[in-house]
Amino acid sequence: MESTFDFSKITCWFNDLLLGWGLAPWLVTTIECILVGVGLLLLYALLALFYIYFERKVCAAFQCRLGPNRVGPFGLLQSFADMFKILIKELIHLNHIDRFLFALAPYLVIIASMMAFAVLPWGPGLQIIDFNIGIFFLIAVSSIGVLGILLAGWSSNNKFTLIGAMRSGAQMISYELSIGLSVITMVAFAGTMNVNEIVLAQDRCWFIFAGHVPAFIAFVIYLIAGTAETNRGPFDLPEAESELTAGYHTEYSGIHFGFFYLAEYLNLFIVGGVAALLFFGGWMPFHIPGWEGFNHVMNYIPGVVWFIGKAVVISFIIIWFKWTFPRLRIDQLLKLEWKYLLPINLFNLALMVVIILTGFYIH
Amino acid sequence: MATIQENIAAKFPQATFEEADVLQINIPDAQLHDLAKTLRDEYGYDYLITIVGIDRVECLGAIYFLSNTKTNQEISIQVTTTDRQNPVITSIADLWSIATIYEREVYDFYGIIFLNNPDMRRLFLSIDWVGYPLRKDYDNGPDSNPVTLEAEPQSDDTHVYTRGEDGKIVCTEKPIFAKNDFVVNIGPQHPATHGVLRFRTAVDGETIKKIDVYMGYIHRGVEKLCENLQYMQTLHFMDRLDYFSAHNYHHGLCMCIERAAGIEVPRRAQVIRVLMDELSRIASHCLFFGTYCMDLGATTMLFYTLRVREQILDIMKKTCGARMTFNYDCIGGVMADLDPDFVKDVKALLATIPANIKEYNKIFTGNVIAEGRLEKMGIMTRQQAIDWSVTGPSGRASGWACDVRKTHPYSIYPEIQFDEIVMTEGDSMARFKARLLEMEQSAHIIEQLIDNIPEGDYLAKVPKVLKLPQGHWFQLVEGCRGVFGVYIESDGGTQPVRMKFVTPSLNLAAVVDEITSGNKIADLITIAGSLDYIVPDMDR
Repeated sequence: MESTFDFSKITCWFNDLLLGWGLAPWLVTTIECILVGVGLLLLYALLALFYIYFERKVCAAFQCRLGPNRVGPFGLLQSFADMFKILIKELIHLNHIDRFLFALAPYLVIIASMMAFAVLPWGPGLQIIDFNIGIFFLIAVSSIGVLGILLAGWSSNNKFTLIGAMRSGAQMISYELSIGLSVITMVAFAGTMNVNEIVLAQDRCWFIFAGHVPAFIAFVIYLIAGTAETNRGPFDLPEAESELTAGYHTEYSGIHFGFFYLAEYLNLFIVGGVAALLFFGGWMPFHIPGWEGFNHVMNYIPGVVWFIGKAVVISFIIIWFKWTFPRLRIDQLLKLEWKYLLPINLFNLALMVVIILTGFYIH
Repeated sequence: MATIQENIAAKFPQATFEEADVLQINIPDAQLHDLAKTLRDEYGYDYLITIVGIDRVECLGAIYFLSNTKTNQEISIQVTTTDRQNPVITSIADLWSIATIYEREVYDFYGIIFLNNPDMRRLFLSIDWVGYPLRKDYDNGPDSNPVTLEAEPQSDDTHVYTRGEDGKIVCTEKPIFAKNDFVVNIGPQHPATHGVLRFRTAVDGETIKKIDVYMGYIHRGVEKLCENLQYMQTLHFMDRLDYFSAHNYHHGLCMCIERAAGIEVPRRAQVIRVLMDELSRIASHCLFFGTYCMDLGATTMLFYTLRVREQILDIMKKTCGARMTFNYDCIGGVMADLDPDFVKDVKALLATIPANIKEYNKIFTGNVIAEGRLEKMGIMTRQQAIDWSVTGPSGRASGWACDVRKTHPYSIYPEIQFDEIVMTEGDSMARFKARLLEMEQSAHIIEQLIDNIPEGDYLAKVPKVLKLPQGHWFQLVEGCRGVFGVYIESDGGTQPVRMKFVTPSLNLAAVVDEITSGNKIADLITIAGSLDYIVPDMDR
């Protein structure tokens, strides 16, 4: 691990520097919070732009098309152009809506996904907040998003959005269970909820390999539930455009719509990031027990690259789902969760506990 | 036929007979219902092809075209009424479900009230329309129906006309939906309606209770327009009904006019027409797969199917000069000779089709989600299909062998080897698969013809101004979505007195309510999509 650069050195140095200037500790914390917030916003926007471009290119490749290729080299500036367009678009004011809730909903959705960013392990020492209930916090804040969607559907005063929001509520609450249970399976395996400790525990071998069968089952379930949680195809019923026009965000325009759109892509990243954390070692490079030379070489690749790379690969799989499968129907969707995923998941949790107790895993 | 005529004459002494290409029985209104019932139950004329409204100035009336689904023989019944103020004909909606819709169309255009029809509303025109446009005395000046900036009035009520005990006509208002129904308006601008069509859907949670199909948003009055045009000029409308079956519809209208005028079409032209028909069918089915899968969320499939369709459109463009509105078939043959590359291009297309079909099956047909959504979904029995006159691949998926290429072989189809795809499941998956299999059969037909295109003229000598003799003709062809029929009535002049187009999409849209009730709202998209209607085709 000695070759992996620890980012906490910089943060500690900066903290000491500010304190050295004789600033009060509360002021130091405030300055640091603001800087982190600005950094996060920037990262958030850049990631969303990257994902929009990435998805368009991937989907184009699946569909025998080129995708964006006119604005900038390889169409790289297309996302920026779209972003700018959506920023300057008019926010259309509607009559007969609950104005306060209508305006609040997109912020709730986007806040939920932003807060989840706080605990993602970007690299060694590169984590906004590291505390002992990190995973628990993550699951808690990511659930706030459904509130925003329900509010959006309800406050729009439109039958389509209402049906879309109700579907979404049913779907997200159902699949939250699967996500929670597969996360618990891995937390049980790790023995901690602290994100940093989970990553460090995968120093020798990633959990997907160390935990073999139950970890793999948990991963598959997590991936399915994660796709459902982000409202993406084949689980994109809340916004099934052929049935409900655009679902819960039908009435939104301009940047309010943009927030839903951004949140969807960022949630995609979060699902990928959490999967990377729990199953593929977070920022931990790929290590094979015993191959010291190989492990050493791997350590030279920065942790940030590992983490983002893993998250992108996993989100690629989710994008792949969307552009391959047809959509499920609401009852099929709920049946899949309650009749198949949930029992399998409970069984898997028990299996994992047995494996931990018997020590039948890669140490 | 003679025996039927004699039997009918014995049973209904007031009936008179008229031999045309289809035997026509003239009957007074009082006995219409009995005659229709007799024909349906005793002689097996169980398929109501269409009801043609007519205005002969001295009388208004309707001609009912019936067909026997076993022997494939047609018969027609004509009912007329001289009362122009309050024309009334007895409804046969209790015998054929589709008659409800057909009668509404006749009412819309001729103002003939059908007694006992459970839903006597206008079908295409808005409810405040003044006059009945296909009547010969209709005032089509701009003042009678001015363009208004007001919203179109809507009504949640329909009318039922019955004969009271004193013989007077009684009109009762009836609500379309139950009082506490939660009605979701799907359309007219909605991605899943495939055009400007509106489904007023009463739902209970996500379950559909009733659908009221509201059409006519893009009705252009093609039949009315045809009455003021020469026969040659009516042809181009065929590109604008079902724009994917443009060649097939052209073929049908041309054949009807050629038969009436006694024009012999050169063999080369006939082969070219059939080739174009089948190419259209492949292109049309390809588009169906693509848009249908897209409705179900599988967007990628669209591009795989458009690949084949693009290839066909390129072939069309080279020969016809257009990708959509070809206007290629004309009276006496085809407009232009084949492009020199035609044979080469078509062979290249044929080579790619098997691989493409394999890919479609791989990505969609065999997919567990697709199976879960399509199988056992929207089952239409053979009886229902006939009752609603649902033809084409949708009817054949329900086990009804209704392919006009087999039942009334026309052009060079009798010489060609191909199978009629008939499936028995009647669900959405069967309708999907039937089209996949039909695509293979169409490719098979093209394979047989492509090396045997005879040399010779592609266009017969036809007078510049064509006059048809006095009389009426009825012609059926197989479009991509079902049976397309043309009825022409001529008084011996250069313009038709009445031209009626029987289009399959009207029936496909009409049957939606019947087979979706009780399913989920998401299944409306699955089921309606699998029927594959085209809105300009139903609205005409």
